[in-house]
Amino acid sequence: MGTDAPPGLDSANPDGQAAGAPAIHLHAAGLRYGAATVFEALDLVLPAGRTTCLLGPSGVGKTSLLRLIAGLAHGAEGRATDQTGGALDGRIAYLAQQDLLLPWLSVLGNVLLGPDLRGEPPSPALAARAQDLIAQVGLAGREADRPARLSGGMRQRVALARTLMESRPVVLMDEPFSALDAITRYQLQDLAARLLRGRTVLLVTHDPLEALRLGDSIRIMAGVPARLDHALRPPSPPPRDATDPAILRLQAELLKRLGTAQAAGNTRDSRS
Amino acid sequence: MKPLRSVIVFAGLILLWHIVVVASGTPHYILPAPARVATALVSHWPALLGHAAVTIAEILLGLLFGTLLGCATALTIASQRALRRWLLPVLVISQAIPVFALAPVLVLWLGYGLASKVAMATLIIYFPVTAAFFDGLRRTEPGWLDLAQTMGGTPLRTLWRIRIPAALPALSSGLRVATAVAPIGAVVGEWVGSSAGLGYLMLQANARMQVDLMFAALFVLALFAVTLYSAVDGALRRALPWQAEDGRVMD
Repeated sequence: MGTDAPPGLDSANPDGQAAGAPAIHLHAAGLRYGAATVFEALDLVLPAGRTTCLLGPSGVGKTSLLRLIAGLAHGAEGRATDQTGGALDGRIAYLAQQDLLLPWLSVLGNVLLGPDLRGEPPSPALAARAQDLIAQVGLAGREADRPARLSGGMRQRVALARTLMESRPVVLMDEPFSALDAITRYQLQDLAARLLRGRTVLLVTHDPLEALRLGDSIRIMAGVPARLDHALRPPSPPPRDATDPAILRLQAELLKRLGTAQAAGNTRDSRS
Repeated sequence: MKPLRSVIVFAGLILLWHIVVVASGTPHYILPAPARVATALVSHWPALLGHAAVTIAEILLGLLFGTLLGCATALTIASQRALRRWLLPVLVISQAIPVFALAPVLVLWLGYGLASKVAMATLIIYFPVTAAFFDGLRRTEPGWLDLAQTMGGTPLRTLWRIRIPAALPALSSGLRVATAVAPIGAVVGEWVGSSAGLGYLMLQANARMQVDLMFAALFVLALFAVTLYSAVDGALRRALPWQAEDGRVMD
């Protein structure tokens, strides 16, 4: 596990700002499975250049909502646009819970997957940028390794580098750190917060502390059909220290709200 | 250790065979003792080699054409939804016809030479290769396809960079099956009508009560089949190293 902090992080993120991260407006989103309504007439705004965290009980439709914004949800209603109503095609990068690394490609090959899939000819400039991103996530020297040789944390670092390689102003993350151990998760949260600064980020998570460390605003999604709670906005910029008493107080509040949401969900389960 | 174990098992089987022949007093024109087969192997070596070359050529050409045809079919039906609806039922129904029943027709159409046996071996491996590769192409990890979509990958590049590599382990199991059954296709083809090959030699030897020669031909065929299988298996392992690294492959 490479633990040393990658150099020059704060200055090394021109892509997000340069691209002018848009706000995202999701209007009248709806999703049904047969007779069950997961959510309907749901509105969500992701503020430009900020990180929004989405918390909620399992099965409430958080991932579906994220996939809807990513343009991956089939059979769902609603469309995500930027603040001017323009389409988001080509402006979104997606980081899933599984790292989704291709086992037959090297670390470098995986980071270069996007350009390759779009048919961009390989160039020294592209390779250099990929190398630079691999160094930024702390994996310099591992470019030629296959994913099977990496730990879970390293693999998710590669996935992060691959996401950054896309230089998209919007990044959607679906529980990207949930499969990692506590220390690794903590390190990756810091890394992600720094590298994704200035982009419009949606982070779906189960972990209230993760939301509190990374989120500019935190929304809880709960109920049937699912509703979004008013946003919780922690003071101070992310990434925040998990041992800060103010953060721990907010965590207690979030846990209470989540508990209420969970109880509502359980009632629904026993009904159906 | 592994080759040694094979040698021990092989020697044990030959010893058992020898004991059975001696103990039961079976006449040599029914079941020859191993030593008799070895003698036949040595005395008929040039003839055996010549016929083996023919059979080996049939098997290798059959493997080549069957694999090419199978891969092309799998890629076509995996990437063309409309074609799949038409071709898939035809493919499945074609499997209801026993390939061996076609052997006489193939000989009638293609003659006694190499072509009818190559066609036979091709036909017999075509379906396992097609089915295995198509299955692999169909089961691409959905997350990879989502990723490719958000990255703006073209369908052709996604097929080439993600779906085909992801289907290679499935294709390789199909190829292993193909390698094991291709010799059957060639030999059955030779039985039905031929003028050369190990299958032809076996029929001739059988008709002349040269059972020792028949066994010698069988031995050569088995030796080649095993060698071919290990060569293909080894090549596939080397070609797909990530499969073993993943730890998903059980020995």
